[in-house]
Amino acid sequence: MVLVYIEIHQGEIKKSGLEAICFAAQIAKLKSSPLTALVLSNSDSLAGLGNYGVQNVLVANQNIDGSDSQNLCSLISQVAEKNQANYIVLSNSSIGKSVAGRLAVRLNRPLVSGVNTILEEGGKLIFRKSVYSGKASAYYTSKNDKAIIALSPNSISPSKSGDSNATVSSVEIAVQPSKIKLLDRNLVKGKIPLAEADTVVSAGRGMKEPGNWGMIEELADLIGASTACSRPVADIGWRPHHEHVGQTGIAIKPNLYIAIGISGAIQHLAGVNSSRKIIVINKDPEAPFFKAADYGICGDLFEVVPKLNEAIRKFKSSNS
Amino acid sequence: MNFLVCISRTPDTTSKITFEADSRKLKEDGLVFILNPYDEWYALVKAIELKEKFGGQVDVIHVGNSNAEVVMRKALAIGADAAFRIDIEPDSSWEVAKYISDFAKTKAYDLILLGKETIDHNGSETGAMVAEFMDLPYISYCNKLDIDGTKATIAREIEGGTETSEVNLPFVLSAAKGLAEQRIPNMKGIMDAKKKPLDIIAVDKLGSDLELVRFELPPVKSGVKMLAVDDMDALIKILHEEAKVI
Ligand SMILES: Cc1cc2nc3c(=O)[nH]c(=O)nc-3n(C[C@H](O)[C@H](O)[C@H](O)COP(=O)(O)OP(=O)(O)OC[C@H]3O[C@@H](n4cnc5c(N)ncnc54)[C@H](O)[C@@H]3O)c2cc1C
Repeated sequence: MVLVYIEIHQGEIKKSGLEAICFAAQIAKLKSSPLTALVLSNSDSLAGLGNYGVQNVLVANQNIDGSDSQNLCSLISQVAEKNQANYIVLSNSSIGKSVAGRLAVRLNRPLVSGVNTILEEGGKLIFRKSVYSGKASAYYTSKNDKAIIALSPNSISPSKSGDSNATVSSVEIAVQPSKIKLLDRNLVKGKIPLAEADTVVSAGRGMKEPGNWGMIEELADLIGASTACSRPVADIGWRPHHEHVGQTGIAIKPNLYIAIGISGAIQHLAGVNSSRKIIVINKDPEAPFFKAADYGICGDLFEVVPKLNEAIRKFKSSNS
Repeated sequence: MNFLVCISRTPDTTSKITFEADSRKLKEDGLVFILNPYDEWYALVKAIELKEKFGGQVDVIHVGNSNAEVVMRKALAIGADAAFRIDIEPDSSWEVAKYISDFAKTKAYDLILLGKETIDHNGSETGAMVAEFMDLPYISYCNKLDIDGTKATIAREIEGGTETSEVNLPFVLSAAKGLAEQRIPNMKGIMDAKKKPLDIIAVDKLGSDLELVRFELPPVKSGVKMLAVDDMDALIKILHEEAKVI
């Protein structure tokens, strides 16, 4: 069977979790095998996962914290062994990344992390991932038809594949007490984590000063986007560090990335070049970002962005 | 206190990536290889900072062929005390982690550090694997670390925020921006590095169940479509019909 581990956040299945389920369902279908989902806490929406191809949901209620990779590995590997799971799928999130490598060792099978696509060639499952900071793809397969797959967020759009309920049951698995003591977890409230955002509005040094960010936040609000920034802007403290995207920051792949007053240096592109559509607003016609963009507007952002915000407001009010 | 820093050699980010005719190997000629930035700037320098504070030894280890000796010497020039090269070309991070942990088990390290990922495969896989082989706790994406006796307090990046936790030595960590300040090797460091030990360790090839099928370059972007600067209608159309965000 195929096992998928999903993260629950404040009672809700994370978007990246739903993506992992749909990806695991693709494997299950190609292998004609059942799909089981494993979660750490109960949620009302678990039975509904049947609509996405899950037959069984196992709820492990024993208070383990997902951020301790040793405990989580122990849990997942025991469930995998009991149920003879050949493929284990998780999201390539911070939790997924810390546990995936452990599972590969504990269960002695290959790991492919950052996967974005699955295909079948000559009866083999092939997993594609992006490498060299988005400058190439690599295709991997497992020689023994068993693997740990960590799915890159925003790689697939989850869609329902059926209309049935999954069976939800609890599992008791013993794990060692955690060696890591969590002191504090500080989440930026109300915002979608950048790595999971579908739409991102990003701005750079072209903004001139931090006080000018109002129009960027307004645009982001209008189109339901998260905000990001280039590195120098985070380095000089104009924007918080968690907004910094690029090679040394977060790598993102939203459906839409709007870059405003960012030159498009190769290290910036490394973190954003997997975005599905890129719109660039820059006053310099030679800005390298235009070469990586789908749409470009060559103009002064201080004129273009307010005009765009106005046009969106008008569009929304005439369509509501 | 003894530290082991796992270092990797990667093509510089500005490199143009191409592959050999069989599509299974990176074409290396003409590329500039560097010490993986996360290993160098954050993991290695943090280990050196801690050694300066508490005393001890900083070892660096690399799994790969002799081409890496240039970047290993650089690590010694920055301040590592000794370097170890496991002389084998690995096919997977599983193998890398296995060789590193087999080596580390013969020593007594208080802390094993790696960069949060390499800038070529961007896998972020090896740290968790080393931790599992050694049965140690693993904390990824650390951007702050304080040690007091045998207790470490760590801040790490998680999606949309930060997390602070406490763990006892020894453990494995992956280093992210903020953990340490980059250091440039000075002349004395470079001279000293020539005299520091760089041991080569022979091992048997393990192999792995992971098979690289091929590499592929992405399709070339069809080219940017420029919009007139005051054509908000075109932009609205894209946002509404293509991106479906309004
Ligand atoms: C090892 C390394 C790692 C790095 N990692 C990262 C990373 O992770 N992320 C990252 O972003 N950078 C990274 N950098 C830095 C990167 O090389 C660039 O320096 C940086 O991305 C530039 O930021 P920027 O585009 O905001 O600023 P600039 O390069 O200064 O560009 C500002 C842009 O704004 C435009 N502009 C100015 N005024 C206006 C206006 N009124 N209207 C419209 N446009 C205007 C200009 O034409 C220009 O193109 C890294 C560098 C190195 C060496």
